Amino acid sequence: MPNQENRLPMKSEEAIKVINLTKKFKDLTAVNNISFTVKKGEIFGFLGPNGAGKSTTLSMLATLLEPTQGTALVNGFSIRKDRDSVRRSIGMVFQDPTLDEELTAYENMDFHGRLYNVPATVRKKKILELLKLVELNERKDSLVKTFSGGMRRRLEIARGLLHEPKVLFLDEPTLGLDPQTRNKLWEYIKRLNTEKGLTIILTTHYMDEADKLSDRIAIIDNGKMIILDTPENLKNMIGGEIITVETPNGDKLESLMKNCKWCKSGKRHDGSFTLTVDHADKKIPELVQIANKNKIKINSIVIHKPSLEDVFLHFTGKTIREQEAGAIENLRQGRRMHGRMRRR
Amino acid sequence: MSSATYTIWLRNLKRYIRSKSRIFGSLGQPLFFLVVLGFGLSSLNIPGATGGYLKFIIPGIIAMTVLFTSIFSGIQIIWDKQFGFLKETLVAPISRLSIMLGQTFGGATTALIQGLLIMILAFVIGGIFPSAMGLIIALVFMVLIGLAFTSLGIAIASKMEDMQGFQLIMNFVIFPIFLLSGALFPLTDAPKALKIITYFDPMTYGVEGMRYGILGSSSINPLICFLVLGGFAALMILIGSILFKKIKV
Repeated sequence: MPNQENRLPMKSEEAIKVINLTKKFKDLTAVNNISFTVKKGEIFGFLGPNGAGKSTTLSMLATLLEPTQGTALVNGFSIRKDRDSVRRSIGMVFQDPTLDEELTAYENMDFHGRLYNVPATVRKKKILELLKLVELNERKDSLVKTFSGGMRRRLEIARGLLHEPKVLFLDEPTLGLDPQTRNKLWEYIKRLNTEKGLTIILTTHYMDEADKLSDRIAIIDNGKMIILDTPENLKNMIGGEIITVETPNGDKLESLMKNCKWCKSGKRHDGSFTLTVDHADKKIPELVQIANKNKIKINSIVIHKPSLEDVFLHFTGKTIREQEAGAIENLRQGRRMHGRMRRR
Repeated sequence: MSSATYTIWLRNLKRYIRSKSRIFGSLGQPLFFLVVLGFGLSSLNIPGATGGYLKFIIPGIIAMTVLFTSIFSGIQIIWDKQFGFLKETLVAPISRLSIMLGQTFGGATTALIQGLLIMILAFVIGGIFPSAMGLIIALVFMVLIGLAFTSLGIAIASKMEDMQGFQLIMNFVIFPIFLLSGALFPLTDAPKALKIITYFDPMTYGVEGMRYGILGSSSINPLICFLVLGGFAALMILIGSILFKKIKV
């Protein structure tokens, strides 16, 4: 039973309040002093490369990991002092599969229902209802080992909802799924949010996923929260439009555009050069002129509104792929140290 | 028994009943031991093995079945760790102790069923019919062996990262426990050094207790067997739950 004394002050419209949360694994700071609040009924997206600290944050919020410093309130319960109440009030879908493959879909659900003390009288009805919601009712008596990746994910989401949590955590919900299945899952997630009013926290390193699903996005990188806002506001922060010029002479163009007055920023990538400008349509002729005058070959020019990818690039200085290469290496080293520590 | 413990016990049983090939597959080894050793050595007159060698080793072979099945059941936690299912149980609002106990009872139950299967076969092959009281005594010892060694399996699994070290456990833990238990040779006429070692093997008391139940006589007092094995089982459950509490996923 939730202990009233352990209920800490929290505004009624807040589902989660994170205060200076930090997690260190020996020398590696996986999560570095982050604070934010999640409103009730919101889809909150954590965007960042693999190894940025998203899963670690989620694990702490789900009380699977003890924070090094700081704390958080989930549905009013402290993740440090009132772990069982936190656990009862959340649903968790992990990044890695956590189903028993030797049991059927129904049995996996039933196991969960029993562990969370869902009374026998309503358990069966609710399981069938949820299996229907994720369109697995016809396969309810099949062993999970015969399921595809998408079906397993759907089953895990249904299972996470069985004990009627107020907040659902989804850690990389569509990792490794094909585009069609991803779209379907996004629909389910949206529907859960609008129809059941469920607060959903998800982590992802897919830009489109964060953009499509989240009401607000927190960009997290190297354990730090860089910025938090709605996808719209994030994109507006960059402002203007982005011109991508595909050219073999990117470095030459870059040096030419260095003293351009109307460019907000410019950056060279492999085989292309991007410029952020206002009124891109009017600037293109000038750009082409400069290129012609200096005998720079242009293969193509594309104008687009800033995407989350550009936002990410703007705030972290790297694309998410560039970022991932470094972050994973850090994580590996951290795990190794963590492993050594544990064996002692 | 808490409902969480029951739930985990139920899962173990469901998985066990479903794995027909494992049930019959793991009957093979004890059956081989029984038939090959039992009949192969029956012509030798081994002092202390009254009633023939085949009959003599029946309690030990049944005990072996329970021992192996229960250690494997405990070690299965490693698979749950690797396949991720353990996370599902660890994030539930239930205590680690109730999970550990569910796993222990589940493992002990499957080991007991497996032991009963081999017991029926062995009784038919050996042509022995113990008294009802003797059967009950044997069952009590089977339960204790099951509880003790499932817990030991859980304790080992809590410390192991993956199945890499399994061969090591097999060769340096499970086999010595079995071979040094006096399951295959009479303790009465064993060399002194070996005898001393067998007294340190908790399994000895399980085998001797079962021998008393099934054959009606043993070289160690059955009450002492019960107290030693019972104490060992309690200790293993304690150690298992302490180590399981520290498990990380």
